[in-house]
Order: sequence, then structure tokens, then C-alpha cells
Amino acid sequence: MKMTRQEVEHVARLARLALSEDEVERMTGQLDAVLGYVEKLNELDTEGIVPTAHAVPMENAFRADESRASRGVVWALQNAPEATDECFKVPKVIE
Amino acid sequence: MDSRYEVVIGLEVHVQLTTKTKIFCGCSKDFGQQPNSQTCPVCLGLPGALPVLNRQVVEDAIKAGLATNCQIAPRSIFARKNYFYPDLPKGYQISQFELPICEHGWLNIETEENGQKKIGITRIHMEEDAGKLLHSDGDSSQVDLNRACTPLLEIVSEPDMRSADEAIAYLKQLHQIVVYLGVCDGNMEEGSFRCDANVSIRPWGQEEFGTRAELKNLNSFRFIKQAIEYEVERQADLIDDGGTVVQETRLFDADKGTTRSMRGKEEAHDYRYFPDPDLVPLVVSDDWVDSVRGALPELPDSKLARYQQELGLPAYDAGVISAERDLAEYFEALVALHDNAKVCANWVMGEVSRALNENGIPVTACPVSPQLLAGILERIADNTISGKIAKTVFEDVWNTGKTADQIIDEKGLKQVTDTGAIESILDEVIAANQGQFEELKGGKDKLTGFFVGQVMKASKGKANPGMVNQLLKKKLEG
Repeated sequence: MKMTRQEVEHVARLARLALSEDEVERMTGQLDAVLGYVEKLNELDTEGIVPTAHAVPMENAFRADESRASRGVVWALQNAPEATDECFKVPKVIE
Repeated sequence: MDSRYEVVIGLEVHVQLTTKTKIFCGCSKDFGQQPNSQTCPVCLGLPGALPVLNRQVVEDAIKAGLATNCQIAPRSIFARKNYFYPDLPKGYQISQFELPICEHGWLNIETEENGQKKIGITRIHMEEDAGKLLHSDGDSSQVDLNRACTPLLEIVSEPDMRSADEAIAYLKQLHQIVVYLGVCDGNMEEGSFRCDANVSIRPWGQEEFGTRAELKNLNSFRFIKQAIEYEVERQADLIDDGGTVVQETRLFDADKGTTRSMRGKEEAHDYRYFPDPDLVPLVVSDDWVDSVRGALPELPDSKLARYQQELGLPAYDAGVISAERDLAEYFEALVALHDNAKVCANWVMGEVSRALNENGIPVTACPVSPQLLAGILERIADNTISGKIAKTVFEDVWNTGKTADQIIDEKGLKQVTDTGAIESILDEVIAANQGQFEELKGGKDKLTGFFVGQVMKASKGKANPGMVNQLLKKKLEG
């Protein structure tokens, strides 16, 4: 697998990261090395093995549909960089 | 609709569930509360918070899947759908991608041109809703996260619909089913049942699909129809002018009846789904599916058929009554007490529905219970009161909560079936209208109604009209 500049730029854009030319160069090399290392796993024969998404063999963790007190608006907004009395304030979104 | 091209429509419906709490936390999800009051670390997307799946959401998804002929996956997983938007605090939406809970379903719709048509359902998956953006005039928008983490089912159809009318028929049926199941309140204005439509066109006979536009912001059946029809025209004009349709998201503008491009969202289609490490796989056993299946209510389709086949109702009556679950249940309770199904249907669609509409109350709160109404219908059946008097009795039962028998007694509404009594009234009427009586004798048959009417009037509606007719006939012969 070979990581390309285009892929790095694309992923950076999706993650809203502004990378300089130098950084793109560096990331391309580093990501390529990381992926190349993980690539080694492909040498194993995984034919017929169900993909695993979790390290622990656990299933069906449920909660009952019972409400419990919410934290409330003051608590919710306490760390907001900007807020009104009851809402988070963000730069204007144009749809 | 435009016939230059064949229209292809697929629909994505978001159904908000009626659970008490959110999908991954215990916050209440009531509509219309103070912004951000119904939030906690999980639905605010704070680091380190652990989402835990609401079991009722799974149960509702299974219900919806079974009611739409889907296969229920024995094993399904949750995934993160990654994108940035201010109403999405975590930067990803928890949804299902690979291995959704339901797949391969279908619904039969009635179409005007082609009769019954099968519409495929690709999949149904569970996911969380985003918060809500409130737009104010200034240079900022406001975010309310009460809706964040509200449970949704996304129901994705195959691109099987060929006109706006077919799309509406499918949506109405789906809407009816989820409301019947009790998994959704069906309120489109409040966003409990939302629809996105994928619309494309292609030359007749071409197998390959055209490029589609995804229409959003469709919150009524009327708007959906308008938006699809507008979009089909737009695409046809574009192609006829030598242009090409671009794959994009378009917003319906209800004021103008048009759709417009939502620029800037195109790039966001790279969602980089991956299994959510916070949520363990969901395993649904056959036993679980069977127990949900056993508890499913009878669905509108089946009621419609049964009312016609077993109860002998006309298709129209069966359709009106089965359309709404509460009305159907009222009707069924009534039929269990009174064996003339057609009479029951007439009253449910007539007096009952009229009174409910006039008073603006749901059938579940109808002051005339099926028991009370059956009491009225019994007295019509045994000739104690006429159908006409029965309507005033109905009004009184509605207003007082008393039984039909009590009201008939108190008001002396018992129909006069005593031949002698009716005959003497008839004699008086004839005596007062000698001229007309001679004319009637002479063959002016339409005067029969006049005489019956006069007797009914003189008896204050209590004479049995059938008997009045018979006696009058006798007088004419004798």
C-alpha cells in the first residue's frame, strides 16, 4: 500500500485540518509507514472468519426505556465557548 | 406528470420512535421543552460518556421490520458516520451501516394505473437524530441539543416508484403502519415522520438509472408530491437543453414550490463509517423475534380484507374504518356487541365521526363508548325507536353519559307500535286532509310520503313508520 499526497489532503479536509505543504509531505510519509506496518496483518489467512469490531466477546448491553433526570440547560452550557441563555451559539449556518 | 422520460424514485424515511427516552441515554425526549434542558453527557457528546442502547428501540425496529416483511438480522452492529455539522456534537452520528437490523422487505401499494405494485424495502436501521439549529437574524446560529440522540428508524426503499403518486401511496401506507404499530406518532409537522426523496429520470426503455438528486425538507405529503413533480420537470428540461443532472442534495422551498441546490454538502458524502467501539454487537434471537411477532397488532391491510370478507362491509367502509387503528378498534368493540356490521359501520363513519370532528376529540375519548352505542343500536333493531329518534338519543347519550334505555324512558321516546294508537292518529290526519286523501286514492302516489310524514309529526316521531305505511295502505284499499 502506498499513501498518496491526494489521500492525505482529502482526509485532512474531511477532518478540517489545515496542513502546510511541509506537513502534508511529512504526514504522507508517516501514514504510509503506519499503514505499511499494519499491512503485515494481511499476510494472515482470514478466510471464513467473521470480522471482529470489538476486543471483548460481549453482546447486547441494554438499558430499559426509563427516564432519569437530565442535567439541565445551565449545566449543559457551562463549558460552551459562546452561548445564549438556553442555546449554544455557533457561527451562522447557511443552508 | 411529465411523460418525456421515465421517472425513478427511491425514498428514505426517518421515523422518530415513541420511546420515553433517547436511544443511548435516559434523557426524556418530549417535544417542545426548553432548549438544551433534556441533555446529559451522552447526548451532549462529552468525551468519555458511554452510550447504552435502549432495548425498546430494538423492539420497535423489529416490529417495523416484521410489519414490512423484512428479514430480521440475527446479528447487527452500530457504526459511526463521520461528518461535521454544528447540530452533531460528537462529530459523528451513531447509525448502522453494514449489518443493519432489518433487510429485504416490501410493501404492496395500490396504484391507479397498474393496480397492486410491490415496492421493495432495502433496509431499516436504527440511528440517533441530530440536534436542532435555530437561525436568528444576527451573525450566529443557535444549537438546541434536546433532539440529539432521539431514536430514529431509517427506512430505505428500493428505487421502485415511477411517479409522485406511487411515492405518496407508499409513504401513506408506511405512515399508517408505523402509527398502527404504535412505534411513531406520525406527526409530520413536528418531524416525527420525515422523508427524503431520491429522484432521477431516464429515457423510456433505458435500463441504467439516471443521475439522481436527493430532495430534503419534505414535511407533508403535499410537499413531497410537489417537490418530486417540480424536480422531474427540472431534470427533463435540463436534459432536453443538452445539460446533465448533477448528483446533489436539493432543498424544497415550500413557498415557491421549487427545489434548490444545497451547495457545500457534496463533499460530505465521504462518511468513513466504522464500527462504533462503544456499542457491542446486537444479537436478536429467534425467540425474541417470535415474541414480537406474537404481539403485533393486526395491520390495516389485514383488517381491510377481513372487514370485507368476514363482515361483508363494502370496500369503501372497510377502507375508512381500517385507516386509523383507534377507530378500527372502536368499531371492532362495537361489532362484538351488535351483530349488524353494516349498521355499526354506518354509525361509526356517520354520527360518531361527525360528533368527534365537531368536538375535536379523538375516538379514544369518545363519550359514547361502544357499549353505550350498542345500547342505542339494539333499540333500533327491536323497533323501540326509529333511526331518526336514535340520532337524538345519541346526542343525549353523548351529553349525559346515560344509557339509551334511560334516555328513552325519561323522554318517553318509545316508538308507538300499538296499531290502535297509530290508527287513531292516522284517522285524525286523514280527517284534517280530506282533499289530499281523495287525490291519493285517485292514484297520486307521492302523497303517501305526506301522510306518513304528518303521522310521524303528530306522534313526535314516535310512530313506527313501517306500520304507518301498512295502515295507510289498508285505509286506501278499504
